[in-house]
Amino acid sequence: MDRVPILKIGTTLFVSIQIDLQDESVVRLQEDLADELAATGARGVIIDITAVEIVDSFIGRMLAMIGSISRLFDAETVLVGMRPAVAITLTELGLSLRGVRTALNAEKGLELLNGRA
Amino acid sequence: MDKLPIRTGDDVVRVRQQVRVVAAKTGLSLVDQTKVVTAASELARNALVHGGGGLARVEVVTSALGKSGVRIGFTDEGPGIADVDLALTDGWSSGVGLGLGLSGARRLVDEFELTSKPGSGTSVVVVKWSR
Amino acid sequence: MDVDSSQQRMAAYMRDHQDKVVGRWSEIVVAGLRGRSSVAEVRRELEDLYSLVVRAMSGADEQVAGELTAVLTELSGSRARNGFTPRETALGVFALKDAVFELVADVADLAPEYLAFSRMIDDLGLLTFETYAAAREQIIADQATAMLELSTPVIRLWDGVIAVPLVGALDSARTQLVMEKLLETLVATGADHAVLDITGVSTVDTEVAQHLLKTVSAARLLGAECIVSGIRPQVAQTIVSLGIEFGDIATKATLADALAHVLNRRGQRIGQQRPGQQRTEPQKPGPA
Repeated sequence: MDRVPILKIGTTLFVSIQIDLQDESVVRLQEDLADELAATGARGVIIDITAVEIVDSFIGRMLAMIGSISRLFDAETVLVGMRPAVAITLTELGLSLRGVRTALNAEKGLELLNGRA
Repeated sequence: MDKLPIRTGDDVVRVRQQVRVVAAKTGLSLVDQTKVVTAASELARNALVHGGGGLARVEVVTSALGKSGVRIGFTDEGPGIADVDLALTDGWSSGVGLGLGLSGARRLVDEFELTSKPGSGTSVVVVKWSR
Repeated sequence: MDVDSSQQRMAAYMRDHQDKVVGRWSEIVVAGLRGRSSVAEVRRELEDLYSLVVRAMSGADEQVAGELTAVLTELSGSRARNGFTPRETALGVFALKDAVFELVADVADLAPEYLAFSRMIDDLGLLTFETYAAAREQIIADQATAMLELSTPVIRLWDGVIAVPLVGALDSARTQLVMEKLLETLVATGADHAVLDITGVSTVDTEVAQHLLKTVSAARLLGAECIVSGIRPQVAQTIVSLGIEFGDIATKATLADALAHVLNRRGQRIGQQRPGQQRTEPQKPGPA
């Protein structure tokens, strides 16, 4: 099982998903993020899915859950870099991921997070 | 035809990757490739989580007019679905409150055939054609 | 294809007189095509078909059915693409019956076999008709796709704002294309707002509304907010009477209103400049 590394820069946690993750790894990511948020008091999470080619309903729901979990720690999550083909497919599946904020890239994601300071 | 066992989470990833390779070969657009691979991911996971494991068969198909497409069949020996109509309705869920994703997968493909009887497992065959 | 020994006699007879029958067949077909093909060209196409028909009647192998279908599909597809009518195409197959009848008309004991042969040719003629129709549908579908591409522009309206004027019917095919182009443009321009203008959309019903909502949903996944503009008075009444809810999606009467709304949200203002005055700098974007 692959573990996704979490990077901390300032008060933001960065996660970049580079490979085709299997379900266990995504669940593990959720747990690791919760641990990090609790331990560091980070105010923001950026999840970069620029390299992700497939997001199905399970992974989509996990990502939405990460948003909810972060909010419990008073942190905001921004999902960045979703590919057009993935967005169209998720929409067709009926998933709107309303619980998570989104941005085109990590830079814009950071602007969003800082805007709410 | 490629036959892929579905016994672990890693197998689901392998099914995604193989479907992606075959879909690219048939000349599907990027969006259509993404849709069919996503549908395959849903169905493979179903076979694993609800069906106790199963098998995926991936092959290239050609229509009477010469259009190519990718066909994927999923079979499992699980408990089967008692009410197929209900399962295919949007928003239906079973087990731990997570939907079977069947209706979603159906929207992503061109042809969708589901056969299931309680006690004799489930079979789902989907086809996505290139335009 | 069910074949008994009686068809085999017929098949042998046809094989022995192949040259004569194919020649006659080609003549009949060319007469029907009114000069658009020569006997030599047609003969080349029919020679192959004839051999396959004879093989099928001999009942020798199982592959022949597949080969027959393939050759006929190719033939009728080609006719369809070259503008021949479906009747001309099917008549080409039925003409074989005439040619063969001329051959066996005087051979009394082949008469019952002729009936079986005739039915087989009818089947093939119908197959030709079906594949012709399918080929024409494909041509129309391809043309429709090409037209769709041309009529779905995505415009850079302002810094960070793009506009998609929708014209005509908003069906699922167009919606797919709109979503693809809109999202690609969002990535290419880095825009965070999109205006979907429906002034030119002929009918706005629940299905169209669903397509719009899907498009907005997809754009949101890429961090962009959408506004729907071009709500005409009659359209507004229809939307309300149908009970369609746009939820938290802003809607405006005109593209201009939508642009003003977006600029306001982004904290930008367009000021009036009096001659000789310094140009006012746009305000820095505030919180979204």
